[in-house]
Amino acid sequence: MKALLVAECRQGRLAGEYAELFGFARALGAATSLVLVGNPEELPGFDGRLHFADAREYGEYSPDVHKRLVLKAVEAEKPDLVVFMHSSYGWDLAPRVAAAMRAAQVSEVSGIGEGAFVTGCCNGKMRRTVRPLTPRAVLTLQPGAFPAGTPCGSPEIIPIGTSTETPVELLRYEPPAAEGIDLSRAEVVVSAGRGVGRREQVELVRALAEALGGEVGASRPVVDAGWLEHGRQVGSTGQTVAPALYVACGISGAIQHVAGMKGSGFVLAVNTDRDAPIGEVADLLVVADLAQFLPALILKLRV
Amino acid sequence: MKILVCVKQVPDLEGRFVPNAAGTWFDESGLAFRMNDYDEFAVEEAVGLRERLGGDAEVTALSIGPDRVVETLRKAMAMGCDRGVHVRDGAAAERDPWQVASMIAGYARSRGFELILTGMQSIDRGSAQVGVLVAELLGFACTTTAVGFSCDGSTATVERELEGGAKGVVRLKLPAVVTCQLGLNTPRYPTLPNILKAKKKELLVLAPGDVGLEAPLAAASGFCRHERSASCLVLEGGADDLAGRVVAELREKTAVLRRGGAR
Ligand SMILES: Cc1cc2nc3c(=O)[nH]c(=O)nc-3n(C[C@H](O)[C@H](O)[C@H](O)COP(=O)(O)OP(=O)(O)OC[C@H]3O[C@@H](n4cnc5c(N)ncnc54)[C@H](O)[C@@H]3O)c2cc1C
Repeated sequence: MKALLVAECRQGRLAGEYAELFGFARALGAATSLVLVGNPEELPGFDGRLHFADAREYGEYSPDVHKRLVLKAVEAEKPDLVVFMHSSYGWDLAPRVAAAMRAAQVSEVSGIGEGAFVTGCCNGKMRRTVRPLTPRAVLTLQPGAFPAGTPCGSPEIIPIGTSTETPVELLRYEPPAAEGIDLSRAEVVVSAGRGVGRREQVELVRALAEALGGEVGASRPVVDAGWLEHGRQVGSTGQTVAPALYVACGISGAIQHVAGMKGSGFVLAVNTDRDAPIGEVADLLVVADLAQFLPALILKLRV
Repeated sequence: MKILVCVKQVPDLEGRFVPNAAGTWFDESGLAFRMNDYDEFAVEEAVGLRERLGGDAEVTALSIGPDRVVETLRKAMAMGCDRGVHVRDGAAAERDPWQVASMIAGYARSRGFELILTGMQSIDRGSAQVGVLVAELLGFACTTTAVGFSCDGSTATVERELEGGAKGVVRLKLPAVVTCQLGLNTPRYPTLPNILKAKKKELLVLAPGDVGLEAPLAAASGFCRHERSASCLVLEGGADDLAGRVVAELREKTAVLRRGGAR
């Protein structure tokens, strides 16, 4: 089994998750090579072939250019698997490579089966096994699903090149909006999810946060709806928090939310759905309607 | 300008999922269906763009699936899409992303669409592949995860969401496919007059064979519940009783109530 791993470099920084690609390859027992459009000053250390294009020449991520470069490495390596992280880079680029190879793609792989890959579905509530029917396959890996490998050594560098022609041009980057709410230091974070149902019910969550002496956080839909400001969003596109107590009110526990709070000490979840995936990271799951349960809890905390 | 927006009907994820007999996907009975969250943003963006562009801009909504998906197409039309295309496919849930993309591309090919909008993924399957595959099959420019969008009729400027809330601003030459992320806009609620109007809008019904369905590249099995960690204690009961038990648990297992933090 041969795996070609695709690492990402943005603004001169090698994305650290590439170590998970090696962790996956090790779990699979696959021989590895790597392809990278990156910074020659920041190369990954491993023993094997590194197909390399210099980002100073090829610029930042440009999907068509990167597709052609990855395909050069595919041509040279003839791998059974081409493996990306399921990141903004991976989910954008992987299907382009898969289409060019006419290969099956399995997205957000979290486990390995026999000639097949396990992947979550229905917001992580369920899972299934997907088996590629094509001789070669493209995968994106769920971040955190495979323990990072500890590759070391110095790779044999094989330069790759292509034209820089592209119909998609990167104009600039914009940093995350700084909004001055730092949830990362809070001892207690009480977050509102879509299950709060109405804007007014966010007040219940706020009242519980007050009763516990904590900060109010939110899942993304609550922020998107404008019920709470973006600075309070917890998750992969918001803040990462690690309070002693995290209370998830009406939050299903999608992987992107969990990514921002899984380091919490104790997790209390309040959800009407006994099977909500938040149960995966919760220490205590209260199966209840938050409109009834939160007032009762606040009352008990105040006595 | 001709705009195509692709919509999928998905189950309410709060429902109980039971594997179908083959174990490939869920049994649909007892589940409620609605428009995929991400696609609502795509529909809003398409309709909003048509309103901003004016002139002869028009929006077609396409959905693949059994007869129930007509309801979602009618919702898209009630939100303002001009017409609907229903690729009637009773086996849609068994199709892999490549097959779904082959049907969308098969429909769109040679129909002169300059912009195709999709959700960045569906909430049930979540492959995040279909939009990009459609672009590759048609040879269109493509970007994903749009949280900002504008279009002047020959180029589109898109804010792509990156990790940690950073953005990359990209410009694409049309024709293009853009996949939409949550929060791109504020999807409108269909009004009653628009719901009534939508019932009279044109709905074209096609079969998978008419739009070039291709053979699958992957097969699924073993659909089952994702077991949760055994360490999670689940409490059920009346609100007052639950509140008491939760306070006791917090006292025992955390320090937050001891510090005099509770007010
Ligand atoms: C690239 C990307 C990045 C993302 N980044 C983030 C991020 O940073 N943060 C984030 O949160 N999400 C993020 N998301 C979105 C994420 O995938 C989920 O859509 C989101 O987290 C769901 O939020 P939710 O749990 O509040 O809503 P839902 O998933 O709709 O869950 C609502 C929950 O409330 C429960 N409920 C309903 N009514 C009640 C009631 N009366 N009482 C109690 N419980 C009730 C339901 O059972 C359900 O479990 C991202 C998605 C993508 C694709």
